[in-house]
Amino acid sequence: MAAILRAPGLGAVWGTVRGLATAVRQAEPATAGLDAKQMNLCSAVNDALHIAMDENPKTLVFGEDVSFGGVFRCTVGLAEKHGKHRVFNTPLCEQGIVGFGIGAAAQGYSPIVEIQFADYIFPAFDQITNEAAKYRFRSGGEFDVGGLTIRTPYGAVGHGGHYHSQSPEAFFTHIPGIKVVMPSGPRETKGLLLSAIRDPNPVVVFEAKMLYRTAVEDVPTGDYSIPLGRARIARAGSDVTLVGWGQQVLVLEQAAKELAASDGIEAEVIDLRTLLPWDADAVAASVEKTGRLVVSHEAPLTSGFGAEIVAAISDRCFYSLEAPPLRIAGYDTPFPLVCEPLYLPGVQRVVDGVRRLLRA
Amino acid sequence: MTPRLSSCSRTGGAGADRLAAFRPSRGPQRPTRAARQVFAKAVATPTKEASTSASKSASISSETAKELYRDMVLGREFEEMCAQMYYRGKMFGFVHLYSGQEAVSTGVIKACLRKDDYISSTYRDHVHALSKGISARKIMSELFGKKTGTCRGQGGSMHMFDAEYGLLGGYAFIGEGIPVGLGAAFTSAYKRRVLGDDGADQVAVNFFGDGTCNVGQFYESLNMASLYKLPCIFVVENNRWAIGMNHLRATGSTLGDEEPWIHKKGPAFGMPGVHVDGMDVLAVREAALEAVARARRGEGPTLIEAETYRFRGHSLADPDELRSREEKEHYAARDPIPQLRAYMLKHGLASETDLAELHASVAAEVDDCVEYADASPKPDMSQLLENVFADPKGFGIAPDGRYRYELPGFTAGTAEVS
Repeated sequence: MAAILRAPGLGAVWGTVRGLATAVRQAEPATAGLDAKQMNLCSAVNDALHIAMDENPKTLVFGEDVSFGGVFRCTVGLAEKHGKHRVFNTPLCEQGIVGFGIGAAAQGYSPIVEIQFADYIFPAFDQITNEAAKYRFRSGGEFDVGGLTIRTPYGAVGHGGHYHSQSPEAFFTHIPGIKVVMPSGPRETKGLLLSAIRDPNPVVVFEAKMLYRTAVEDVPTGDYSIPLGRARIARAGSDVTLVGWGQQVLVLEQAAKELAASDGIEAEVIDLRTLLPWDADAVAASVEKTGRLVVSHEAPLTSGFGAEIVAAISDRCFYSLEAPPLRIAGYDTPFPLVCEPLYLPGVQRVVDGVRRLLRA
Repeated sequence: MTPRLSSCSRTGGAGADRLAAFRPSRGPQRPTRAARQVFAKAVATPTKEASTSASKSASISSETAKELYRDMVLGREFEEMCAQMYYRGKMFGFVHLYSGQEAVSTGVIKACLRKDDYISSTYRDHVHALSKGISARKIMSELFGKKTGTCRGQGGSMHMFDAEYGLLGGYAFIGEGIPVGLGAAFTSAYKRRVLGDDGADQVAVNFFGDGTCNVGQFYESLNMASLYKLPCIFVVENNRWAIGMNHLRATGSTLGDEEPWIHKKGPAFGMPGVHVDGMDVLAVREAALEAVARARRGEGPTLIEAETYRFRGHSLADPDELRSREEKEHYAARDPIPQLRAYMLKHGLASETDLAELHASVAAEVDDCVEYADASPKPDMSQLLENVFADPKGFGIAPDGRYRYELPGFTAGTAEVS
């Protein structure tokens, strides 16, 4: 497929572009009692995969370049520890790879398929939407492919250009029968990935590749999982609700800090974690409290998942809203190269948007 | 009657060496242009008389012949009944009949496969399901959209599944089932090679048509099957027509030939390519037996191109005006059922009385399956909401434990589901 990105240096570019410090967070109460160590997101993925392969001999990992560790090094050491029969490279053929995974999953295996970049997932879209998502339904429950997990790195990295930067999650939220997960940091990724692998439904996990190396935090070393379909309050606040997922949560958290410092605005940041099914109750409860909703994603505005959230919350919280819900998203253009900072909904655009919303 | 092997494999000798010859040839072993020309000529003028050789009667018992004959007749009669039922409004959706191609389903599935082998089918999936052993009752019920169907009426024609019989689905999208079949073949190979289960020698057979051979997934799968040496057989049912597109107009000729030969793509991927007369069930059986045995021995995949013909339009909605009368008559004269019948009578494998009995028993089975399907209950409305996700709670089942379709207002403003 397309050229392989070199991971080192991405964080520096990203930090400059978006003014973000490396994310270091404190452990949450849910995982507070567990032993933890500092891990980046890449190591967190690797850790989860080791646990999954240890616990179930029918767990397989395959995809392009995974047996030698993958282009992002997320699968490093898996083949050595769990065997080359369980961790193997495939040819470059995404549609065939996912179809192959569906066939194995239908026989009770738990294939964890890596699509090297989310931008490369489109050849496999046919298999995902027409087969994986419908296998249980159209076979009347004779078969299911619940063991299937598709991992794929998504999102801006500062220099990825058209085909190594996209956020295609909205396409996958339009498919009843699969789940869509987009974790926001190392600890979240490990817990959500383990849930995705164990979930009895096919799941697509979009991993924030910009954070593979740049996000470092305390991650429990043992086994834990974070339930799918439940959002997380990343920051409590009372004036406005900011909803995001994946690496955009960090942008929202940074914007919330700036708003608090410069304007005295207390924003509540919700990390949606799972897009399908998404936690409408958590968002509605927050909006009932704040009266204002901002949804932000890297993907283009039109028909982005923000539209779904705004529509559902407008319906549920109509009489609590004090301003029209706002979407702050990528522009409706192909993902650009040199204009990436202009394209992305960065901290300043979020801050400006919230200020406008509160003046309304 | 011996299946014709592609030029690359034909250059090999017999026995074990013959298998070695299936691998893509290199250097001095590369077949000469003359060899290809000779081969192409032989293929272009199939010699039917030569195929009904004496060696065949030795290779098939009376019981086997009767079993194959009955399976083909059942396939034909079942499909003809489907046409009747479709035009009477008993089944709905898009229905594609298999009539004319029975020798392939019977010759591969009925003749060579076990219950625990896998098949992935196409939109022309009824007869594959019958040959695999699934009861006509279940299949007809599925076509009627009834609860007793293979998928509880969930899919209808083109969407058959059966876990018990290893039917991995009818695939309305061409080529979609091929990598799925590979995945199943992989699990069989994995059990044997990694988990040490010597008994795991199940094979997966992927069926598809000539049109599918221009789809990327076909090539992706040929490559992966060969690369991982999977117990997988690719069966191209080349009926010459991809709806309205003739094979010769849709596919470029193989090098050195005046026509495209799909089986010749096998050696390019490192597997034997076998060409077989798909109107001759014994020829198909012979080719498939070898391919299946090879797969069971762990020697990898085989590509079989069976030249066949459908006796009806693409689907029951197709008036079938594109194909010439001459072409249809040519293939009607090669109908696989009368061919086997004549062969059986000639070789004393069955008497006229035996065959009449087989026909009568098929007729009874087909009538029975229609009665059964007709009398079967329709699915509940819950079926819309079940099996989307593993856990129907919250989606199909409301917090109070009732199906959401039972809640007041569920069907308000919608057409009644009857």
